[in-house]
Amino acid sequence: MSNNNSIIKIEHLSKSFGDKVVLNDINLEIKRGEFITFLGPSGCGKTTLLRLLAGFLRADEGTITMDGKDISDMPPHLRPLNTVFQRYALFPHLDVYDNIAFGLKLNKVPSDEIEKRVRKALKMVSMTDYEDRDVNSLSGGQQQRVAIARAIVNRPKVLLLDEPLAALDLKMRKDMQMELKEMHKTLGITFIYVTHDQEEALTLSDTIVVMSEGNIQQIGTPTDIYNEPTNSFVADFIGESNILNGMMIKDCEVSFIGHTFECVDKGFGEHTEVDVVVRPEDIYIIAQTDNAKFTGKVTSCIFKGVHYEMFVETDNGYELMIQDYNPFEVGSTVGMFIKPSDIHVMRKERTCNTFDGTMLSPTSVEMLGAEFECRDCGLQAGDKVRVRIDFDKVDLLDDQEDGTLTGEVHFILYKGDHYHLTIKTDAGDDIYVDTNDIWDKCDLVGIAIAPDNMRITKRI
Amino acid sequence: MIKKIIAQSYLWLLLLMLYAPILIIAIFSFTEAKVLGNWTGFSTNLYTSLFSGGVRHSLIAAIENTFTIALLAATVSTALGSIAAIGIFNMRGRKRQTITFLNNIPMLNPDIITGISLFLLFVSLGITQGYTTVVLAHIAFCTPYVVLSVMPRLRQMNPNIYEAALDLGATPFQALRKVIIPEIRPGMISGFILSFTLSIDDFAVTIFTIGNEGLETLSTYIYADARKGGLTPELRPLSTIIFATVLLLLLIINIRAKRNSKKLINKQTE
Repeated sequence: MSNNNSIIKIEHLSKSFGDKVVLNDINLEIKRGEFITFLGPSGCGKTTLLRLLAGFLRADEGTITMDGKDISDMPPHLRPLNTVFQRYALFPHLDVYDNIAFGLKLNKVPSDEIEKRVRKALKMVSMTDYEDRDVNSLSGGQQQRVAIARAIVNRPKVLLLDEPLAALDLKMRKDMQMELKEMHKTLGITFIYVTHDQEEALTLSDTIVVMSEGNIQQIGTPTDIYNEPTNSFVADFIGESNILNGMMIKDCEVSFIGHTFECVDKGFGEHTEVDVVVRPEDIYIIAQTDNAKFTGKVTSCIFKGVHYEMFVETDNGYELMIQDYNPFEVGSTVGMFIKPSDIHVMRKERTCNTFDGTMLSPTSVEMLGAEFECRDCGLQAGDKVRVRIDFDKVDLLDDQEDGTLTGEVHFILYKGDHYHLTIKTDAGDDIYVDTNDIWDKCDLVGIAIAPDNMRITKRI
Repeated sequence: MIKKIIAQSYLWLLLLMLYAPILIIAIFSFTEAKVLGNWTGFSTNLYTSLFSGGVRHSLIAAIENTFTIALLAATVSTALGSIAAIGIFNMRGRKRQTITFLNNIPMLNPDIITGISLFLLFVSLGITQGYTTVVLAHIAFCTPYVVLSVMPRLRQMNPNIYEAALDLGATPFQALRKVIIPEIRPGMISGFILSFTLSIDDFAVTIFTIGNEGLETLSTYIYADARKGGLTPELRPLSTIIFATVLLLLLIINIRAKRNSKKLINKQTE
């Protein structure tokens, strides 16, 4: 069963801290010699996954196999992998040489070989002649180089890197990125990299694992992830994007922002609701409006160095982000078109809220840990029911007291003409809401649902 | 201007009142008069007779006891306190708060209460009081101070360095020895010095745990001596020497602390 091409296999890995599920049934295979990146916003579980691999944490469930051997319960000092920490974690009481030689000395490597290997490692990170320096006297970048040398000198099969460049300034970070990539090529070992910086992930990786809330959202090459995001989270997180509600009319024909476009996606069925992603650099913008597919007015135009970033309001009220080398004056009318291959269609994860509940009386239902009034649809108390509510039929209230339920704004997605919010209730359920009002992440809201807006069916 | 002078003189007056007793003893240790307060000319004879055995044998024994007890108590409590500090540091949230709080109580507890409770403990356990019980009692009240002086070093430490050591192939014990101990060593040394001075200085706890087998430490000796009426003149140079020693130790602690914080500031400004 063991595939020679894979070095690490993660199966059904789960980890919780108290009530909080940090990793939820992770399955992943890491190929020998590849540069793989765990990418996600803070709190998505990427660092926990790395710490499980290093052995600093034990999983609640699941196994980690390395070279066909189960290492799930192996203590960190016996694992054949080394880590580069975010805050370097150099030993302050040792000089550069002794820091790098630390692992070799523990392994009783003869001292003349230690010296040879330390020098080679220092050369690798371009820090020759720094052997006797006190590590506290080094700059952040230099400390990180020593930390990398300290890890690779042990010739691990896998190198784990926990946001190693996060503490460096931009210029330094760019230089180190190139050096890391070069190092990966020279060493030929597997690099497992953790970052929240999507640009860094796209630059460095062979494979990217996009994570959110303890789940893997997508695994793929940087181009796959950028061009073919599997869901709106990935599309929103990786790069800038316009994410819009659309309708697949038939194969290769999709309608959104009030127009019908030719596209290259197939197999969604006819008249299916979908999410459409268009990257801002993929919308062509021209001064003439005659030949354009659709038209609009420029509402803002900001110079971003390489390109201009513009917001355009289309004639039917959708706001689009567009990047172009040429600026267009604010207030001017412009024409736009999109190439079929630049339209990316994604299946919608859901089209309405669906909750399971129990009837308390013919006119009230218990769901999400609260009691809601509902219309009488001939159901009896005690009946198990399924309740469906459209995204735009959930009311959010400023005053928490006014709602039947309270919750917190957890995730915000702009859909061109409205916001799609994920509200986490106090009990931990997710409610999805479409609204024109502007809310901020972490806002506390009251949630109310009008009796007429609930579609209740009996569960069988 | 006048305000400044008043403020200044207030400070000096306060310091003078604080240090007057010990200064008087120090001054009168350099004269031979039997009664404190009589100046019979400068002489270092009291110092000579203190060390030449002119005084009773029991005083020398008391000095010896004081220092061996202090050394033992400081060594053991440094070891215990450091281990405890590492343990507390690795706890999370409420548990850590509670234990830190419990660690602080014995330091605020009046010595007399500590003394009496230890006395009752030893009696109820049927342990004969003597040298061992004094050492045990001193370890008991010194350990919290070691915890207190090691804790800040642990907090300053990059929490990843222990994991880094494990990652590089060190067993947990090797990581403790090669990485954690060198990092907290300054705190351990401060804790040791503090324990040592506390132990030398202690009277209240000692008197309750020393038993009646004739064992004396300096503090109990001086107390007994004073109660017999009139202090042995040699106690004046002895007090002066002890004061000087404690002053020196405190200076060392403070200079170390200052140097450490300077180093830290340098590190941060880099």
